[in-house]
Amino acid sequence: MQTEQRSYRLDWISIVLFLLLVIFGWFNILSASHHGEVTNYFDMDQPYGKQALFILMTFGLIVITLAIEAKFYERFASIIYFISLLSLAGLFIFGKNVNGATSWYGIGGMTLQPSEFAKFATALAVAKYISDLQTNIKTIKDQLRCAAIIMVPAVLILLQNDAGSTVVYGAFFFVFYREGIQQIYLLIGVVALALGILTLKFGITTTVIITAVAVICIHFFGKKRRPMILESASIFLLCAGLCFGVNYFYENILKPHQQDRLGLWLRLEKDPQKLEEMKQTILYNLNESEKAISSGGLNGKGFMQGTRTTGKFVPEQHTDYIFSTVGEEWGFVGSALLVILFVSLITRILYLAELQKSQFSRVYGYSVASIFFVHFMINIGMVMGLIPTIGIPLPFFSYGGSSLWGFTLLLFIFIKLDSNRLYDW
Amino acid sequence: MRKLLLFSLVISVGLVFIARLFYLQVYKPDEYSLYDDNAIRKVYDYPKRGYIYDRNGVLLVANQPSYDVMVIPREVRPLDTLEFCSLLRITKQDFINIYTKAYNYSPRLPSVFIPQLSRNDFAMLQEKIRKFEGFYIQKRSLRDYQRSIGANVLGDIGEVNNYIIQNNPYYKMGDLIGKQGVEKTYEDVLRGVKGIKFIQKDRFNRDIGPYKEGIYDTLPQSGRDITITIDATLQEYGELLMRHKRGGIVAIEPATGEILAMISAPTYNPNLLVGRQRSANFNKLYHDTIAKPLYDRGLQAMYPPGSPFKILNALIGLQEQVVTTEERFGCNLGYSYGGRKMGCHSHASPLNMNGGIYNSCNAYFANVYRRIIDKNGNPGDGMDVWSKHVKSFGLGDFLNNDLSVGQPGKVPDRKLYDRTYGENRWGSTYNLSNAIGQGEILTTPIQLANMAAAIGNRGHYYTPHIIKQIEGGEIDQKFTHPKHTTIDKQYFEPIVQGMFDVYNHGTASTLKVPGIEICGKTGTAENFTKINGVRTQLTDHSIFVAFAPKDNPTIAIAVFVENGYWGSRFAGRIASLMIEKYIKGEITRKDMETWILTHGLESEYAKPYSGEPFTINKGATIDIIPMEDKPKSVK
Repeated sequence: MQTEQRSYRLDWISIVLFLLLVIFGWFNILSASHHGEVTNYFDMDQPYGKQALFILMTFGLIVITLAIEAKFYERFASIIYFISLLSLAGLFIFGKNVNGATSWYGIGGMTLQPSEFAKFATALAVAKYISDLQTNIKTIKDQLRCAAIIMVPAVLILLQNDAGSTVVYGAFFFVFYREGIQQIYLLIGVVALALGILTLKFGITTTVIITAVAVICIHFFGKKRRPMILESASIFLLCAGLCFGVNYFYENILKPHQQDRLGLWLRLEKDPQKLEEMKQTILYNLNESEKAISSGGLNGKGFMQGTRTTGKFVPEQHTDYIFSTVGEEWGFVGSALLVILFVSLITRILYLAELQKSQFSRVYGYSVASIFFVHFMINIGMVMGLIPTIGIPLPFFSYGGSSLWGFTLLLFIFIKLDSNRLYDW
Repeated sequence: MRKLLLFSLVISVGLVFIARLFYLQVYKPDEYSLYDDNAIRKVYDYPKRGYIYDRNGVLLVANQPSYDVMVIPREVRPLDTLEFCSLLRITKQDFINIYTKAYNYSPRLPSVFIPQLSRNDFAMLQEKIRKFEGFYIQKRSLRDYQRSIGANVLGDIGEVNNYIIQNNPYYKMGDLIGKQGVEKTYEDVLRGVKGIKFIQKDRFNRDIGPYKEGIYDTLPQSGRDITITIDATLQEYGELLMRHKRGGIVAIEPATGEILAMISAPTYNPNLLVGRQRSANFNKLYHDTIAKPLYDRGLQAMYPPGSPFKILNALIGLQEQVVTTEERFGCNLGYSYGGRKMGCHSHASPLNMNGGIYNSCNAYFANVYRRIIDKNGNPGDGMDVWSKHVKSFGLGDFLNNDLSVGQPGKVPDRKLYDRTYGENRWGSTYNLSNAIGQGEILTTPIQLANMAAAIGNRGHYYTPHIIKQIEGGEIDQKFTHPKHTTIDKQYFEPIVQGMFDVYNHGTASTLKVPGIEICGKTGTAENFTKINGVRTQLTDHSIFVAFAPKDNPTIAIAVFVENGYWGSRFAGRIASLMIEKYIKGEITRKDMETWILTHGLESEYAKPYSGEPFTINKGATIDIIPMEDKPKSVK
């Protein structure tokens, strides 16, 4: 009786959305990676064949995830987290270098990317820590500890030269904000982001002058209360410092290709001839993917009929650039539908997270939604040229076993936690 | 509040994405066209180009296959180079050079390894090509001229240039298009419509199969055959007669305006402009600025017509009723006016119109011309009337026909002289040379032939044209409707009789052909050239205009031989021979034929370029060509 009730309480909406994404994703991988006639959909030499196997194995993974007692995840959160950290650290010794990043373990013919699994582990750890009765997220001490929980894996991943995956850990900001960190962080975040963009776009001098004017305005015409001169001055100095910091970071810490990506996004290069040259080099990927998407038109060219997809004009199309296949072959209708699918899945998770009675489940759910959101925003934004190029996969869609399993675990642990909602205290 | 941050972000990012997608795909999509998609290779399937037949159904132009050896360097596997080279008859060094060039162009794309193999080489290679991986044979189609005649009529095809590509979307780089002759004017009919295949490429530009299983592909539509009005036998004969001379012959069927023969000498074998040697040969022809073989003298050479033009003055005189056929004018070895004298040769005097024509008396026509111009006391009015009559014979303007080149010639009018001398400050004596076809008048041989046709038809002509029949099509209406001259029919008969008497007892009496009543008129045109900037007179051009038979003529002809001295010397003989050949099919005046075949003018043509002083007209030279050298008529 009890078990029956539990199984009925799985959130089928999320599961259906998940299935739609995975299946639609596989068809696009098939389209993007096939050569000529497809004779065997499980051809292990081809990405689509491997992905088909990964998807089958995913179902096994889901069964296991759902079979495990919900409480297990909360109790073992720390242990899972530490195992994950160990696996990340182990890469420095046993890691396999692919495309400049040391993010893979080679096991037999397969490769595993621990950073994909570190996401759910970190989410569990964050949920566990915040839901601890003794934790008060409003205190600096706990904020620092929370930050540490996400910083350790983030830094390890960054050291393996996988800057894209590192950015994802920024997603936890939404979790902390939801759980009650001070409003000022949001303000600081927004101001810092704005200042950073302004500095890179218009240079330090202009930005500092803009900041000065803004600070003076707030100082003299601020509504609530008149801040002290010293206060305003130090805010101004901090902002100015930030400008210099951003500039230094851009000039000296970022690698040339990262500088180029950022520079392109901010339209820093004005020389049309150089731009034309860039289209052949660093802009090539983006340029081809935008062309593929816009050539799709309203209805698309049809499944397996995209000329640019079939011609393999977009490099990495079955992984990070899979969305361009959707754009070309399924057109505006298909791509918009995909965006709606993702938005639905994320909002569904958010909705469910808010329903949770246990703080652990809520924080975890929120983490899942945030991580999906960041992946969704960066990946599709990048492929359409709205966001500087950051190479991270589109959840459930991009080719890759590790990422598929990582995201599946992320989602289904939450579905399991959610199914247990009524029994939580 | 805090719950809403992420939620609203998710929704807004979703909306931004959909907006961006809308912008990229619906609002401003790349104007998508299969033709512009660089992921699709467009492979054209060229249709068979239409054949060209002569008026009797003799095939003149067909197509021949040609074989290019192609190479894709990446696919080449170690091979027996020695055998391969000997098959292609190249050295090993050639092989290395060509291969390197192809590899540098692209290792993945096909390059032409050896273009246009001969049939024999192809046959040898075809057996063994499978042994040489990475090489294959591509078939092309080239023009095949069945007979070596009519290069100027048939023209040639060559690759389109950038100008054409930009202005006509049908043509793509490397396509062939008619460049001269009927190949050019009937390009649209002959070429057909090429088919297209869309082939999916990958990013290395390799073909990976038909796009969408070929649903957008089209089949080529064959070019249509055409029949032209040329009589191949006559054309061939004319070219034979014109050997060792320069000039042009145009023969027209007066009843239809169909061009029976159109010869320009010197000419060339049209097969020179086909195949591997095309561009080398074309350059050679193009840069021959002395003999100008690409210059169609029948259509483009503008010269004062000389005496044949007198016939028109006689007709205009009758039409304007300023002279009767019986009125006689005296000639004292010329016509004196205002202290000057226009010379004439020695003949009986005075002469009526008939005598004036067959003796080609300059004084007679000077009188007639002055009467026309001074008819109502105003030379300007007289000149315009005269000019209108002359132009009604198709002179002074493009004939507007279906030949790829042409010249308008020139017929002066009041405006010209007003501009030169000032209004009302000139009279008929100012341009008296017009009376005898010199002066300001310029005509081309085809215009003279057309004039002869109009006279033979007693007052109308059909625009001379080259097209007789288009497979599954109609020829232009303008070629089937007669154009009428401004001279009334009744005035032609005495003139025709005059021209007939040119053969009976006039300047062409030695050229008679038994059994054919030919009407003709000799002509001699003074001409000049510049040698080191000095205007120098050269030996006169020999001109002859004729039609036959006298009533219901079947052929009208104009012959023009550069520096041939006087009309009956070269042009008259050639005209008579051509007429006999066309009407009888065989030559009875063997003496005349032999004379023409054994006499040439090449040393006369060499004179102005020799740098030595030289003599003209009475001092003209003539080459004797031994009969053995008589070129065999080429089949």
